[in-house]
Amino acid sequence: MSLVTIEVFYAIVGLILLLVAGRIALDASHPKRLGSALFWLLLAVTFLFGRVIPPVIVGYLVLAMVALAAVKQVGSSTGQSATRAERVAHEERLRHRLLWPALLIPATAVAGTLLLGRVRFGSIWLVDPRQVALISLSLGALLALGLGLRLTRAPVLTPLAEGSRLLQTIGWALILPQMLAALGGIFAQAGVGGVIARIVAAALPTQYAFVAVLAYCAGMALFTIVMGNAFAAFAVITGGIGLPLIVQLHGGNPAIMAAIGMLSGYCGTLLTPMAANFNIVPAMLLELPDRYAVIKTQAPIAAAIFIANVLLMWLCVYRF
Amino acid sequence: MIKLIGILVVAAGFALRCNTLLVVMAAGIATGLCAGMSFHEILAQFGRYFIKNRYLTLPVVLIVPVIGLLERYGLQEHAERFIRNAREATAGRVLLLYTAMRQISIALGVNIGGHAGAVRPLVAPMAEGAARARHGALPEKTVQAIRAHAAAAENVGNFFGEDIFIAVGAVLLMKGFFDAEGMDVGVWSMALWGIPTALVAFAVLWWRCHRLDRRVAREAATGPERQDRS
Repeated sequence: MSLVTIEVFYAIVGLILLLVAGRIALDASHPKRLGSALFWLLLAVTFLFGRVIPPVIVGYLVLAMVALAAVKQVGSSTGQSATRAERVAHEERLRHRLLWPALLIPATAVAGTLLLGRVRFGSIWLVDPRQVALISLSLGALLALGLGLRLTRAPVLTPLAEGSRLLQTIGWALILPQMLAALGGIFAQAGVGGVIARIVAAALPTQYAFVAVLAYCAGMALFTIVMGNAFAAFAVITGGIGLPLIVQLHGGNPAIMAAIGMLSGYCGTLLTPMAANFNIVPAMLLELPDRYAVIKTQAPIAAAIFIANVLLMWLCVYRF
Repeated sequence: MIKLIGILVVAAGFALRCNTLLVVMAAGIATGLCAGMSFHEILAQFGRYFIKNRYLTLPVVLIVPVIGLLERYGLQEHAERFIRNAREATAGRVLLLYTAMRQISIALGVNIGGHAGAVRPLVAPMAEGAARARHGALPEKTVQAIRAHAAAAENVGNFFGEDIFIAVGAVLLMKGFFDAEGMDVGVWSMALWGIPTALVAFAVLWWRCHRLDRRVAREAATGPERQDRS
């Protein structure tokens, strides 16, 4: 049992999202006022009451959010933030002090991860040790907000207004990672991975040691592209291709196979819109007009690392 | 075979540029129906996983208020000014240095950085600032290229350093897999065999950053003057 769990921070996120919905509802100039307010309200509900609402109801709430996004009723407000001249004026006053809150986030995250997980009173933990990294990061964000408000002497509503603006810039893509995790779960339940592993193993002349390596690395990358997650691909592709072909048939080293195989999966992560939190959300966050700009930039990187992985594994896995 | 319908739906949906959320939901429903689940069951699964994976969304929502506040008071302008004083800085070198820091720190088990907490407020403005200090105003497409490379630098640094640390994520997952198969594979050997790829990844990023700097120089020389983005 622990005093502070991640649920506390889910509730805070829920409150922030509720305030975002409220701001939109009160903003008469918002181009998609009703749909956007409803979208953020529904998301707030899943964060505030996710643990008590039955999953099927959450499913229908999610369906409603998807429908709102699909009919283009979720948009950003037209309100303007500060101009560049105003920002430069503040910057000249504050200088290096602006960096302290930004650095306090990772500092708290690291210190908290190292320390908070060890604090307990008898059998009661201060924070849930399994969630200590997330809790420390969340604490860091809240402490940084307090420090930021003190340093800038900004009105309390400013972070809400600016945060709301940034969240609306990301828009419905914010829930994409959660949706893709759900899709990955459904794929896993339906046994999609096993089918892919069988097709790859049957279609290629895997009696050649190099082909076995290529099939395994390509399987990891492809299945990661489909699932958006190399961890989900690992068990399926290693069980279906890696172990039977590389280790058992050709006598390869399992540690080398696993390490380089996982990194081949990461090449897939660089290429897939399914890994939305790495590839799509950042594109929105950096205000790039092309949603796929990050993936396009990463494509040559992923291809080069993938080729190197195949060669590395082929040269090492049967030798060490 | 019919279980692969979800992949087909995803591929077709992305190709036709349908709304991504809609594509994902449709793929899940199609796959679930083919696997014999009822519509209700599928939505319940969506609901269950949606709640279970709220941790994916949590950091962004908690970080954007303070980042938004700091940006309003000039954080991005400050990052740009800071880098302008470093004579040797270029966009590519800033990103390469960030990736090196990210790879080394995460290999030691310290996960600092992130798209919302570091790339948007600090790394991307520093890279843009370094480019502007050398070449003056930049065309919009050049700014976008620098930003996309900043996101790539974060991802490469994050992914290809993590496997070297034994106490988290990937290595433990692999260990668990082999344990379940009844095989004894050491965590250290798996961690060590992550190092060659980590070095390759850094070399590849060095090549891309070098290309980025040449591209910035070329486009800044020929491109149109860029509008102020505020």
